[in-house]
Amino acid sequence: MTALAHVPTTSGQSAVPPPAPRRGRRRLLPYLLLLPGAAWLFLFFALPLLQLAAASLYDPSGSLSTGYSLTWAFGNYPDALQAYWPHFVRSFVYSAIALVIALLMGYPLAYGIAQKAGRWKNLLLVCVVAPMFTSFLVRTLAWKTILSDNGWLVGLLRDVHLLGADGRLLATPFAVVLGLTYNFLPFLVLPLYASLERLDPRLLEAASDLYASSWAAFRRVTLPLSMPGLIAGTLLFFIPATGDYINAELLGTPNEYMIGNVIDSAFLVRLDYPQGAALSFLLMAAILAVVFLYLRRAGTEEVL
Amino acid sequence: MRLSRWLADRWVMIVALLVLGYLSLPILVVAGLSFNRPSSRLSYDFHEFTLDNWRNPCATSDMCDAVVRSVQIGFIATAVSTVLGTLMAFALIRHRFRGRSGINVLIFLPMATPELVMGTSLLALFVAAGVPQGFWTIVIAHVMFCVSFVVVTVKARLAGMDSRLEEAAMDLYANEWQTFRRITLPLVLPGIVAAALLAFSLSFDDFIITNFNAGTTVTFPMYVWGAAQRGIPPQVNVIGTAMFAIALLLVGASSLRGRRARRAALAAPVAAVGAPKSAS
Repeated sequence: MTALAHVPTTSGQSAVPPPAPRRGRRRLLPYLLLLPGAAWLFLFFALPLLQLAAASLYDPSGSLSTGYSLTWAFGNYPDALQAYWPHFVRSFVYSAIALVIALLMGYPLAYGIAQKAGRWKNLLLVCVVAPMFTSFLVRTLAWKTILSDNGWLVGLLRDVHLLGADGRLLATPFAVVLGLTYNFLPFLVLPLYASLERLDPRLLEAASDLYASSWAAFRRVTLPLSMPGLIAGTLLFFIPATGDYINAELLGTPNEYMIGNVIDSAFLVRLDYPQGAALSFLLMAAILAVVFLYLRRAGTEEVL
Repeated sequence: MRLSRWLADRWVMIVALLVLGYLSLPILVVAGLSFNRPSSRLSYDFHEFTLDNWRNPCATSDMCDAVVRSVQIGFIATAVSTVLGTLMAFALIRHRFRGRSGINVLIFLPMATPELVMGTSLLALFVAAGVPQGFWTIVIAHVMFCVSFVVVTVKARLAGMDSRLEEAAMDLYANEWQTFRRITLPLVLPGIVAAALLAFSLSFDDFIITNFNAGTTVTFPMYVWGAAQRGIPPQVNVIGTAMFAIALLLVGASSLRGRRARRAALAAPVAAVGAPKSAS
């Protein structure tokens, strides 16, 4: 699991340039090594995306049993958006709130483990990764127990009047955002940890020797140096969180449904493939747009 | 005054430990519920302590079938994706060739695409091609999303490797195959093992992509999903806790082995010179 920490930070480019190609068989070797994996990814990742694009332009009056025909029905896109734009907005709002909370929790955690934990470092790191060893559906269902109406948490909050006498946590937007934060927090923490671990503590000492307050040292030294991990972690959190529908389904109600729930039911319940495909593409386009804007603002494209 | 000073020094660690508590809470609940005798099928609250769930975890037999199926799929997907991904990692790190950036994009994109989109697009492909969905379509999908993670993991290990070791072997008249067998492979192996473990855990735990491509085949996560509507049998928590314990044991064993190997590596040259003896 720690491998995730390496994912987009440096993507492991070798410092030493690979040897120059030689003639004959040697020159074919890299292509032979790549062929099976690249073919698999082309056939089962790239080609399906093309098929999904085609499906999003099928005649919407067709059905699975009568068959679909490709009529370049671009109208599927505005139709789908008009019907389900609140779910889109909700997906992005929920995952953005979850991201902010996750940053507030994840940054101190990553920093604490990387810089302050000393010999406990590896143990604490295992504690971050350990939850991912249990099936994530099972863990999300455990939140259902924790947040349930007669659980200790609701009881406690009712006793201190943070929650009304009939207030609930389960089946509210709060529960869904909490679930999203919980489920994707490790993906944020691991790359961030990898960046912060390389931070030389002497730089902070130098900053304080030069009369920087601890806040100034954080802003001017720690934060910029942790940027690659921060960017990678944010993306690894945001992308799956926006497309998620498990938390909304298990911890929320149809009022909290995100766009993933709609796509899921379009494909598996309503069997409306053109609409499901159009929504999938809209989701992907929206996520890519946000990611692209974010990378532009963050001032680095090395992650890609 | 002293308290505020103490807090100022340690607040990062305090927050960190609180967050770790938040991360561990559901695991504790899962472990606790594995000893629960629920009051009714739809109840998620702790009712009564029992060891029954651990004594016969397969009381609901379709759950154990699903676990077995998930393990089978996980093994096949891990084996295939580890081989494919390792070959790709070698090509990317050890060779210069045309089309490298295109390949890099093809590897990066599956990690950046929402699972939902990958799941639905594979479904669209299988339906359009008339492929019946089941065990093998799940395997195909799992290999697809595991390969990229294997490539990245093995690449990181390869890139951090000192290529002078291989040059030294060649200088000592080892041929390419010998160098690979005796030097490269043992050095990369930890990376390959880590990649395989990652692939297995991704495959075993995947729900979203599987759900779109399973047909009527039921994996463990799909069983849990289905059961969540009807009421979860407490044995699900037994499986969850057991998986957690097995993973922790693996991590513990590997870190122990790593420590022992490091100590042995440090001790070997010292022992050869006989330093400790002459010191005492």
